[in-house]
Amino acid sequence: MSHRLTEFSSCSGCGAKIGPGVLSQVVRALPNFQSDSLLIGFDTSDDACAYDLGDGRVLIQTVDFFPPMFDDPFLFGQVAAANALSDVWAMGGEPALALHLLCFPTCLELEQVRDILAGGHAKAAEAGVTVAGGHSIEDASPKYGLCVTGFAQKDKLWTNAGAKPGDALVLTKPLGTGILVTAHGAGLLEPPDFTRLTAIMTALNGPAKQKAENYHIHACTDITGFGLMGHCRELAEASGVTVHILSQAVPYQPAAPELARMGLIPAGAYRNREFLEGKARTDPALPLWLEDILYDPQTSGGLLFALPRQEAETLPWPIIGYAAEQGPFPVVVEA
Amino acid sequence: MRIDAIGRSCPEPVLMLRQALKDKPETMEIAVDNAAAKGNCTRFAAHAGYQVTVQEEGPVWVLQLSK
Repeated sequence: MSHRLTEFSSCSGCGAKIGPGVLSQVVRALPNFQSDSLLIGFDTSDDACAYDLGDGRVLIQTVDFFPPMFDDPFLFGQVAAANALSDVWAMGGEPALALHLLCFPTCLELEQVRDILAGGHAKAAEAGVTVAGGHSIEDASPKYGLCVTGFAQKDKLWTNAGAKPGDALVLTKPLGTGILVTAHGAGLLEPPDFTRLTAIMTALNGPAKQKAENYHIHACTDITGFGLMGHCRELAEASGVTVHILSQAVPYQPAAPELARMGLIPAGAYRNREFLEGKARTDPALPLWLEDILYDPQTSGGLLFALPRQEAETLPWPIIGYAAEQGPFPVVVEA
Repeated sequence: MRIDAIGRSCPEPVLMLRQALKDKPETMEIAVDNAAAKGNCTRFAAHAGYQVTVQEEGPVWVLQLSK
């Protein structure tokens, strides 16, 4: 008897990420490694770590894996790989090498397991990344992702800590993947919306990074499990600014508002909302569905760039907010 | 009528509520035990045109829906 990939897990994609509040409590209890070569580690909630190679280059490393959100193993493999590779681009680097991380129950058919890996390979190949091996273990529920190594020029490294007051914020993919995946799991997502969703989730962030590197990018992060709100909070706190989100300008998938109103919102969105309590001021005129979209955890979400406004206006993506002098709230949402 | 969605994670409670509201009853109750289920069922009920009041019974929330 064949099993559906998603029947094993209660949460999926970046929605399976441990809540940011819990995570920081756990990490805080660990001793910090001291290394002169470690430019970016635990302390700034960045997307990947960066290690100075001493020759003008930095090594960037990241690992990301999660349970399936789709039953199609090839599609799931593609999404997981696109999501893992993104962290290197979010740091201003180019991924070079990747290793598979795979957990699966023995009751899965071998074709399903093979197709997960094939999906990962396809995205790695598209990115020009070499898959050099990996590690797989038996587990009660399937999980897949990549450990990715990349490189960046030290003086071109992007972090979430460099946003300056006056910078515009640009977002390269529409929000709503968590909500649409939840609706899909409930059997309530229309086929055209599913097609749009999977196109967005499998799209690599590499081309966006390569376009943006010709601009003066002050800060960058990718929008994943903590939602736009959570990642804006991290960027604001790391940069010492307040992030203003212009909610009318935020792009989202066309099906997201109606599905949010129907309560097809992943649990991670509620955790993200809790994480922002006391840290965000939201205009009371904002409709609840729009707030829900701003908190929605994204899987393989877009890049968020902070850069001078004049330059941002020439990029092909919407300006969704701006950085201002640090105020009482890290994040302010304008109606 | 009361739906028991205790121990169920999203989107299951919403789907149970959706099924129960198909015949457009005047009132309905649903018991949930996690914040996401509470939030999502509240949203679904409002979207379907019901007023919702929430009662806390220990670790459980009971959502009372009325037209």
